[in-house]
Amino acid sequence: MTVAGHVEPGTAGKPGGDRRRTRIRRGALRPREARTAFLLIAPALLLLALVVGYPVVKAVYQSFLTDPGLNKATGMFDAGNNWFGLHNYTHWLLQRCATPEGGYTSCPSGALGSQFWSSVGVTVGFTVVACTLETVIGMAFALTMHRAFRGRAMVRVAILVPWAIPTAVTSKLWQVMFDPQGCVNKLLGTHYAWTSSLWPARSAIVIADTWKTTPFIALLILAGLQNIPAETYEAAKIDGAGAWRRFTNVTLPLVKPALAVAVVFRALDTLRMYDLPKILTGGSNGTTTSSILVVDQLTRGANSASALSTITFVLIFVIAFGLVRLLNANLFGAQAKAVR
Amino acid sequence: MAPTTTAPPVPTADAPVAPRRRNIDLGAIGTVVTTAIIVVWCLAPFYWMLVLAFRDSDYTFSTDLWFSHVTLDNFRYAFDARYNSFARSLVNSLLIGTVVTVVSMVIGVFAAYALARLSFRGKGLVLTVILGASMFPGVAILTPLFQLFSSWHWLGSYQALALPQISFSLPLAVYTLTSFFADMPWNLEEAARVDGATSRQAFRLVILPLAAPAMFTTAILVFLASWNEYLLSSVLSNGSTDVAPSTVAIANFTAGPHIVPYTQTMAAGLIVTVPLIAVVLLLQRRIVSGLTAGGIKG
Repeated sequence: MTVAGHVEPGTAGKPGGDRRRTRIRRGALRPREARTAFLLIAPALLLLALVVGYPVVKAVYQSFLTDPGLNKATGMFDAGNNWFGLHNYTHWLLQRCATPEGGYTSCPSGALGSQFWSSVGVTVGFTVVACTLETVIGMAFALTMHRAFRGRAMVRVAILVPWAIPTAVTSKLWQVMFDPQGCVNKLLGTHYAWTSSLWPARSAIVIADTWKTTPFIALLILAGLQNIPAETYEAAKIDGAGAWRRFTNVTLPLVKPALAVAVVFRALDTLRMYDLPKILTGGSNGTTTSSILVVDQLTRGANSASALSTITFVLIFVIAFGLVRLLNANLFGAQAKAVR
Repeated sequence: MAPTTTAPPVPTADAPVAPRRRNIDLGAIGTVVTTAIIVVWCLAPFYWMLVLAFRDSDYTFSTDLWFSHVTLDNFRYAFDARYNSFARSLVNSLLIGTVVTVVSMVIGVFAAYALARLSFRGKGLVLTVILGASMFPGVAILTPLFQLFSSWHWLGSYQALALPQISFSLPLAVYTLTSFFADMPWNLEEAARVDGATSRQAFRLVILPLAAPAMFTTAILVFLASWNEYLLSSVLSNGSTDVAPSTVAIANFTAGPHIVPYTQTMAAGLIVTVPLIAVVLLLQRRIVSGLTAGGIKG
């Protein structure tokens, strides 16, 4: 892009003493501008390389090393950090654990290795169910907010409350409400032990997550709705399109870019979910997400934890990439347009 | 396209026929009802937290939906250092949040200015890298950081909590600031120079006041994100209650042995939440524009 080169000559043509010189300098010598830009951006990139780049590369490297522990083949204590090839990966992906004889067998149930695929299932399950619920309800919220003129300010305030409460507090709040004697059971007239049996525990997490993040999705969709010109609706109305037709043929296609971005960001967030299940159910009763499994493994063997976190990271990347392609989401579009 | 042979359609479209008017009334009632549902949905759990925080813990499971058995004991408990480290954790959260915000903002403002204002090769790549960094799952960097900080004896130190958080807050700051900056009327800077200001004056007198609200909003979003952080803090504080932030303290809240400290936890949760809600209420317009500017989660 040669925006500066385009604009500057025009302005540089105006008379203006020594000020003119500075403008010509900026317009004509773009390398200088590029150097300034580089100097301004370098600290950010350096810091990110330090706190993101280095740890990620280190994690990938470590994932190919052995953990310290009893060497099953020699019977001696092993300091770890020997080359281990893909064994950490097969440990998780194929659920293969070392035997005392030095061979490999499928991990016994209860071992963390045997929980890998269930944790992936739980993570993906939460993502699919929660994101679907949040998108559908968020859409309904956004349409309402778009129409509501009276009380709109109040709705906007209310909708920011769940978003503003820290997730740790949200988790505790729902833990209290989901207590066997808590208000959810009293309101529903049920006696579920919500956080200590399989499906109620999973539902509890999805409900709490939906409560907390639907408002955020609604806000993003609302922003998209407000960009649709009113004339488009008028035209459709005059053409005789009913409310449903207007929704499917006007609103949905036009709000889709905003919707797609919202869904992708939510999916990314749910795929790495940690606080909510960790605090609400402690990760028990079939609510161990991939992130919880990594943290559980961390102190038992950091190198195999690295393999697990690498797998998790790749998994999230693949799903996110697939979603972006599927929804044709333009994550960089708004930014690129603004920057250009 | 609409056939515009008749009168201009926009103003009088829904005036004439009776059944149509009834239709619109129904729609209005529907909007009111759904608006009410949204407000209840958003506020009911928060209201319950409020009620429990002020309720005598002997009546934790009382079905009374109104404020009853009101007491301030829960708040006294929350700040009782014998039972938990909540008071200390508030100071820790403030301290960590401030450091993270200041560092992210100082470095982020430079980067965002360059991205929004200057033209250079590789701009798209830099944007992609920064956005990509914000999408990293926390666990991807956790393991090596845990080991590294362990070998440096940094676990349970403030720097171990603050430094890694920058990996999430800096991209957030750059991303939000860039979209704010891109919308700023930069030609005013040019105009000020034409009027005789030096470039430094133009920046200080024209651009800085214009950019201040955007920077303030971004700083709030970054601080909120830091205040909310749990995964890195809970692992890297490594059980040290001296440095643990409030999210960790609340997750591990106790009120003495053999007590399920529900009401006390709600009191603590309220203390953590109310300032945030106050900020959000005061700045809601700005915060919404900040959130939607980048489309990124705060």
